[in-house]
This record gives sequence, C-alpha cells and structure tokens, in this order.
Amino acid sequence: MDKFDKLSGIAAPLPLVNIDTDMIIPKQFLKTIKRSGLGVNLFDEMRYDREGNEIPDFVLNKPAYRDAQILVAGDNFGCGSSREHAPWALLDFGIRAVISTSYADIFYNNCFKNGILPIVLPPEQVAVLMKDAEKGANARIEIDLENQTVTAADGTAFHFEVDPFKKHCLLNGLDDIGLTMEKSAAIDAFETKASAARPWV
Amino acid sequence: MSPKTLYDKIWDAHVAHEAEDGTCLLYIDRHLVHEVTSPQAFEGLRMANRKVRAPEKTIAVPDHNVPTTTDRANAATMTEDSRIQVEALDKNAKDFGINYYPVSDIRQGIVHIVGPEQGWTLPGMTVVCGDSHTATHGAFGALAHGIGTSEVEHVLATQTLIQKKSKNMKVEITGKLRPGVTAKDITLSVIGATGTAGGTGYVIEYCGEAIRDLSMEGRMTVCNMAIEGGARAGLIAPDEKTFAYIMGRPHAPKGAQWEAAMAWWKTLYSDDDAQWDKVVTLKGEDIAPVVTWGTSPEDVLPITATVPAPQDFTGGKVDAAQRALDYMGLTPGQKLTDIAIDTVFIGSCTNGRIEDLRAAAAILKGKKKKDGLRAMVVPGSGLVRAQAEEEGLAQIFIDAGFEWRMAGCSMCLAMNPDQLAPGERCASTSNRNFEGRQGYKGRTHLVSPAMAAAAAITGHLTDVREMM
Ligand code: SF4
Repeated sequence: MDKFDKLSGIAAPLPLVNIDTDMIIPKQFLKTIKRSGLGVNLFDEMRYDREGNEIPDFVLNKPAYRDAQILVAGDNFGCGSSREHAPWALLDFGIRAVISTSYADIFYNNCFKNGILPIVLPPEQVAVLMKDAEKGANARIEIDLENQTVTAADGTAFHFEVDPFKKHCLLNGLDDIGLTMEKSAAIDAFETKASAARPWV
Repeated sequence: MSPKTLYDKIWDAHVAHEAEDGTCLLYIDRHLVHEVTSPQAFEGLRMANRKVRAPEKTIAVPDHNVPTTTDRANAATMTEDSRIQVEALDKNAKDFGINYYPVSDIRQGIVHIVGPEQGWTLPGMTVVCGDSHTATHGAFGALAHGIGTSEVEHVLATQTLIQKKSKNMKVEITGKLRPGVTAKDITLSVIGATGTAGGTGYVIEYCGEAIRDLSMEGRMTVCNMAIEGGARAGLIAPDEKTFAYIMGRPHAPKGAQWEAAMAWWKTLYSDDDAQWDKVVTLKGEDIAPVVTWGTSPEDVLPITATVPAPQDFTGGKVDAAQRALDYMGLTPGQKLTDIAIDTVFIGSCTNGRIEDLRAAAAILKGKKKKDGLRAMVVPGSGLVRAQAEEEGLAQIFIDAGFEWRMAGCSMCLAMNPDQLAPGERCASTSNRNFEGRQGYKGRTHLVSPAMAAAAAITGHLTDVREMM
C-alpha cells in the first residue's frame, strides 16, 4: 500500500448525495479477479454513453478534472455494496482523497486499506471546498494528514479528525495483516479460551 | 455487573486483543465467502505465502455471478468472466481446504440463505462475509456484518477483524401487524423513517411484539436490510423460534454440546436497563404495505400514496428527488398503483426463502401473470427450490407464467444475464433500487413477495390487500 502524507491536487466536485458503490463501479466490472485496471470504468454509467463514448458534461471528462486526485462529494458517499472495487477504481483513476460530510461505514474502512484518505468535514466547510473545486484546475486543494488539515485555494485551512491508528497505518503504508500477525499470541490465547467456553463453535 | 445490550455481550465475548485507543481484534466464528469479493483476497494470501487460519470456520459458495438457468450444469452457459470467477473459487476452496458448496450441489444458493440453512449461523457468533447483506444472520442473535476484500484477506489469514465498537441503537416495532403487511414492509418502513444514513455508526437491535411475532424467515428479511439503513449490523435476540429453527441442522450442535450452547444462548438478550445511544419506535399497526418510488431504499411510501414532488423535500434531498424522478420516469402526483410494470423478480437474500415463495404463491394460486410481462422466481438455495417443488409452489408459479429458476443472486444485482433492459420497470423483492442496480437504466420498485405477486397479476403496482 502506498503511503499517504501530503497531497496537493485538483479536486473534482460531485455535489450529489448518496453516491453509492454501484455508481462508483457498476457490477459488470466486478467480474475481474484482479485489483488493478478498474480506473477506466470509474463512474462508468455517468461517464460514458451506451456506445462507450465519453459524456462531455460529466466532471471527470472535463479537461480541467482529468487529473483530479481529490473528490469533493455530497453526504453519505459510498453507500451500498461492500465491493472494494469502489476504492480500487478510485485509486486506479488516481483519486487519493475524498472529502464529504459522511460516508457509509464499509466504504470508509475500505478506503484506508487502499491508501485513500476519506475526510469528513462539516457541511459548511464541504460547501466552501465544493465551490473551490468548481473553479477547475486553478484551484488546488492541499491535504496534510500529519497535521490533519485541508487547505482551500485561498489559504483557509480546515482541521479534520481521523482515527489515530488508521492515520498511523496510512502515513506509513502499513499492511494490517502483518500488524495483526504480530499479535498472534493473543489470538492463540483467545482461541484456546473460547473453544473451552463455546466448544460447539 | 453493569447492564449490557445484546451487542455488548457478543462483542465482549469476542475481543481477542484491545489496543489502548480502543481498536480491537474481534475474533470471527464464521467466515462466509463467495466468488466476487474473494479472488483478490486469496491472491493476496498466495503472494504472501499465508494460509487460511481456520478453514473449518470458513464456508464458500458461488452465488452472485452464477447462471440461474436450468441448463447451467453446462459450463458453456456461463460467460467467460463469470466462469473464471467460479473456477477461481473452486480452486481456492480446494487449495485452502475450506468448506465448499459448488454450483452442482443441491445445497448451493445465496450465501446468506445457505449459512442459516446448514446451521453454520448460530446465536452469539460473529459472522462476516464480503457482502454487505451479511446483516441477515443477525436474525439469529449473531453479530454479522459485511466486509471489504482486504478484510476478507485479513480474516482468512488471522480469523480476526480490526474493529472499533459501534454504538447501540434500538428499533422497536410495537403491537401487531395488519393483514397484508410483512417483514419487508417493516424493514423498508424503518429505513423510510430513519434514512439510509440513520444507522451509520450503530448496530441496530430490532425488538418489540411485531418482531417477536415474525418467523425466522421474516426476521432474516428485517435484519438483511439493516445495511440499507446504514447500520453496521442488525440483531434480534434469540428465542424459542430461533432454537427450533436451528435444531437438527447439519452444523448445529448436538447432544451435550446442544445443552451447553442453549445455556449460553439463553443469556443473549439486552438487559432491561441497558443504555441505548439511539431509539426509534414504530407502531406495527401504522405500517402499511409499502413500495419504493425512487433510487434510494429510503424513498419509501405506502402503496396507497402518490409520487412525491421534489419540493416535498429539504436540503440536498430536493435535487436527489428530482434526479430520482427523472431516472424512474415518474410524475409527481401520479398514484403509485397506476405505475405499470414490465418485470417481476421474486428472489434474493431478502426474500428468497420458502416462506417468501409461499406468500407469493398464495396470491398467485389459480391466477395468471399479465400478458407480456416477464416474471421470474429465483429460489434462494437449491434446498428452498426442492422444498417449493415438493409443496407444489413451483407448479403454481409455472402455471401463473413465471420462470422457475435455479438458485443464485440473479437479478438482485444483475451480474449474470438476468438483467433489466434500459427503461424497463421491475417490481422486485430484492433490497436495492439504486440506479442501474438491476441493469443499465433499469427501474426498480422494492416490494414484498406478496406485493410482487399482486403486481405480476395486474401489470401495475398493486395493493395486495385488495387481493386477499
Ligand atoms: S441476493 Fe443480492 S443482496 Fe443478497 S447476496 Fe446476492 S447480490 Fe447481495
């Protein structure tokens, strides 16, 4: 997993609420057995028409946003299916951070496992950044994970909260499984105790 | 001891390690695996030279992407990429030595139907699966939730999940349901009342007389859609109905083990003075047969209502409602019962169990579907299918003009060829009405099995109470 510390990038505005994982990556692209290569199909049904031509109005098809690394989105981003193909598709497109007022739980966790930072800010701050994002490539948003700040194009900085453990893993690009395996003595001990108490499991 | 909720009790019994910041390693008792969200996890294990830590607690079944046509034994009926996924699961199950129900096995079916049916799901367990509807298993008083593929890999390798505890939410449904109102109407009405993010950060426990009165099948329908309300999991405390359902299932405990298990299971309830972070109460009598009109499961209305206008909403929901109406091709003020339907889908882990098929067949008996309408029944498992054939339900569906399919997810997510065409409108017993969920530009109205059957007969959304 790639480390995430600082990011200065173009932010694409997606001012819709309840953007679900079916919109992020429709199910016909879940047939892959790999993690990579999903970026071309990110937001497929909003991005392309039935013949596979780009829909020029869709934000990521506009020249200013083709290299966007940040998404600013409406409430409850990533609801719906647990498919990790959603963060894989975002990442493969080049998105490293999302800014919204809220996320669905599973999607939120899936982001951290793939080196994407989902930032939660209050509605009025998301609104400021949404306005910024609408200015196109001229308005870059800066994210500093160490100091937990998002800085708008005009220099206004907002503080965001993030779980310390998740932050640590993201800053250092740490793999969860490796970390957990260091605790295998605790798991062994639990297993022994639990199988005595609940042998039918 | 301080009073605890059911969730607190199950949580406390499964914490294998707790870090100073409250991050826990939660031990996982059952890990269910299917073909779509697991290949990358097994690939990860192979690359790191890791094994499955507890293969005996890991159960795999292909369901999302398998054909549901009766000729599917012939692998040529599968599209190339579906076949690759199913073959990958075959191989992974074999290489890693996990429990497996291949497509050819009569016990194959939707993972959330197979788990309870085979007695893998038991009260007080932690159950995970790389599928958001894992909440279904909460009907047994198991803490069950969906996980992503990285987490699937994590559970395969360590039998634990990194978790922080959620908050406790109580959803109480008081009193009795009126005739024609089902578990599906309860769960949709709750989402209608709380919104799709109303449960975010919570584990919901459903309780109250109307919940107690439900069968295990009905309780699974209710918990299944906890995720649509944003909750991490949904739970119902186990009782005599739960124990009766489990007894004698292939993987249920037997003899002295059963007695020991029962002794613990009977302690699995929320203490009277337990603390709740949020409480929602609905009156059973107030719940009507409902349908969804929009593209979010929270867009719920009683069947007697009319299509709302965007101005009826506030905030970000105004634009969302306009977009939903455009997508669904509906006009504000139109009666819901005037909406014509092209397709009826009965199935999914929400409503693909025997009781659901009985409810639909009771309405369809001796009747025919409307001409020109496509109607299909996809039983949730091979065993549900067999039982429905034995009870004569299959014949009722066939006589009514329904396709009688093999088990799988089918048009619930439309990964296989069971899809809506653009603009087609479906009355569906599944759980998601998102844009494109059942096919590109397809339009979904979520309903109960009885309501789906009623719509099949009339060709439009219909109040099932008029047919009873
Ligand atoms: S039936 Fe639908 S919701 Fe259930 S597991 Fe299959 S795809 Fe998911």
